[in-house]
Amino acid sequence: MTPRTLFDKVWDAHVVHQYPEGAALLYVDLHLVHEVTSPQAFEGLRQAGRRVRRPERTVATVDHNVPTGDRTLPLADPVAARQLDALAVNTRDFGVELFDLASPRQGIVHVIGPELGLTQPGMIVACGDSHTATHGAFGAFALGIGTSEVEHVLATQCLVLSKPRTMEARFTGRRAPSVTAKDLILAFIGRIGTAGATGHVIEYTGDAINALSMEERMTVCNMSIEAGARAGMIAPDETTYSYLAGRPRAPGGPAWLRALLEWRRLPSDPGAGHDARVSLDASAVAPQVTWGTSPAMVTDISGHVPSPADFASDGERQAVARALAYMALTPGTPLEGLPIDRVFVGSCTNARIEDLRDAARVARGRRVAAGVRALVVPGSQQVKLQAEQEGLDGVFRAAGFEWRNAGCSMCLGMNADVLRRGERCASTSNRNFEGRQGAGGRTHLMSPAMAAAAAVAGRLVDVRDWEIRDL
Amino acid sequence: MNQPFVRHTGGCALLLRANVDTDQIVPKQFLKGVARTGFAAALFHDWRYREDGTPNPEFELNRPDAAGATILVAGANFGCGSSREHAVWALAEYGFRAVVAPSFADIFEANCCQNGVVPARLTDGEVAELSRRARAAGPAYRLTVDLEARRVEDGAGFRAPFAIEPYRREMLLRGLDAIGRTLLEEPRIAEFEGRRA
Repeated sequence: MTPRTLFDKVWDAHVVHQYPEGAALLYVDLHLVHEVTSPQAFEGLRQAGRRVRRPERTVATVDHNVPTGDRTLPLADPVAARQLDALAVNTRDFGVELFDLASPRQGIVHVIGPELGLTQPGMIVACGDSHTATHGAFGAFALGIGTSEVEHVLATQCLVLSKPRTMEARFTGRRAPSVTAKDLILAFIGRIGTAGATGHVIEYTGDAINALSMEERMTVCNMSIEAGARAGMIAPDETTYSYLAGRPRAPGGPAWLRALLEWRRLPSDPGAGHDARVSLDASAVAPQVTWGTSPAMVTDISGHVPSPADFASDGERQAVARALAYMALTPGTPLEGLPIDRVFVGSCTNARIEDLRDAARVARGRRVAAGVRALVVPGSQQVKLQAEQEGLDGVFRAAGFEWRNAGCSMCLGMNADVLRRGERCASTSNRNFEGRQGAGGRTHLMSPAMAAAAAVAGRLVDVRDWEIRDL
Repeated sequence: MNQPFVRHTGGCALLLRANVDTDQIVPKQFLKGVARTGFAAALFHDWRYREDGTPNPEFELNRPDAAGATILVAGANFGCGSSREHAVWALAEYGFRAVVAPSFADIFEANCCQNGVVPARLTDGEVAELSRRARAAGPAYRLTVDLEARRVEDGAGFRAPFAIEPYRREMLLRGLDAIGRTLLEEPRIAEFEGRRA
């Protein structure tokens, strides 16, 4: 039999029908739904008199536009409130489970899926959100879709897709202390560019990937979309299984053992070929910071703001000049020492428990610099609860960070958590596009430890120079 | 259900920046609606308008030559970032029937095809050439996106083929309802579920 990749195996197991024109009809195991990209899809079902084909494979939560402040108060934004109400009505009318603002399980859709044990190896997971790639950390094929496709999955439990190509991203070597999964993926995107993996599913392999925890693997897979990939995947192993064991929606008893047998067959066969290969020496990666308006505009914290003249093509030179004007940066400026106004620790990239611990180890016994406003927004109410049980909220509060409720928050600024024009932010999120965190706001992406250190120093700093404290 | 797209001739607007992301096409403050309509005014909002809300005359779509354009000529990796279909709804509602660019982000390209907007991929050189011609000819310049023939042409010597997935081309040409088509496979879906249960 021809050796197959992890992706080939997941794909083959989900083909319901192969169309003569080349596309395949694929079965979706898990469909995650949130308030922003679903209302028009449910409305479409209603107008056509269609039902949700598999409500039990569909799970909804509210995350994008929700306030992260006091949950006992009514929503201040009536337009956002209408969108939340629409999801409540839609999930009730169509029989879909909803983790709403009152639920202790509410959180960012890509944090709660894995946390509940809903996301499992070998699945196809779809969601109307580009960071669905996160779930690929479990060896699932997890892809972001638009609202029309959300409606299509609701109605048919299937998606029509042409098979993407695959890219192996091999991360070798041992990373240095204080270098995180975020630094690895930022360095990788910096190397291949924001369209470097367009049309491909990335399979991350190598010692440096195998050594990552599930939380760290999710950070890596999450940002696959920032390299243009359709999805990112990591083969399941003992780390995956021990994370999943005992989760509320993971299989239990005899079903667990049957699942394990299936999952152990998923890793790529020896000799299975990828369409493209890229490698990265993890031991050579330093803490990363973005300087521009795309995640590929990134360099080491010890680096400098580049000059448009450093780039080869006219297009790149124009893009860099535009980015520097927007970011109010001058070529040659060292990144270390750049003053910041705001800090955001949160998002589906970096708001799981390990991320909060990383930030707390830096924040412990220190103070947020005068004039800096710093937010910690847990990825889910469960992460928040666990952090509080570990006393992390106390560490953050004592240091002057604001401790919030779960949501996407300032990653995309759909709620009240936004940058003001001209404010510069050290952020653990995934996109530094113009205006992403607020019109005119300037975002520098980095790891949670780097963001916490920036909050304390009031400027971008190299966390490798800092004493990391026990919690 | 979209109107069938066989071929379309119209004026073009040039937005020749690489990596235009969907946060620029429709900023997040416009994503709180529950309808598919009302996004035309939000299109490229933060670029199109100045802080005081007046049109920014520097922005490409506000230039006189771009008035009434129905084909957007864009840079590489157009539509990257967020999966928001609102970006395509806004482009379509503004009047664009097709986007011509050297490359598109995957989710954006899929979203275009769901809404009767044709994403036509040409080479960098071809996009540069047709942009040069559009600038030289001014507002009278007309481009044709011929989906049936898989070709972009200007009737004055520019002719370039483009590739599109056959399944998507078929859906666009006939304006088919994607869900309706998949529901024809209901017995296969049920059989698949039965096999796995």
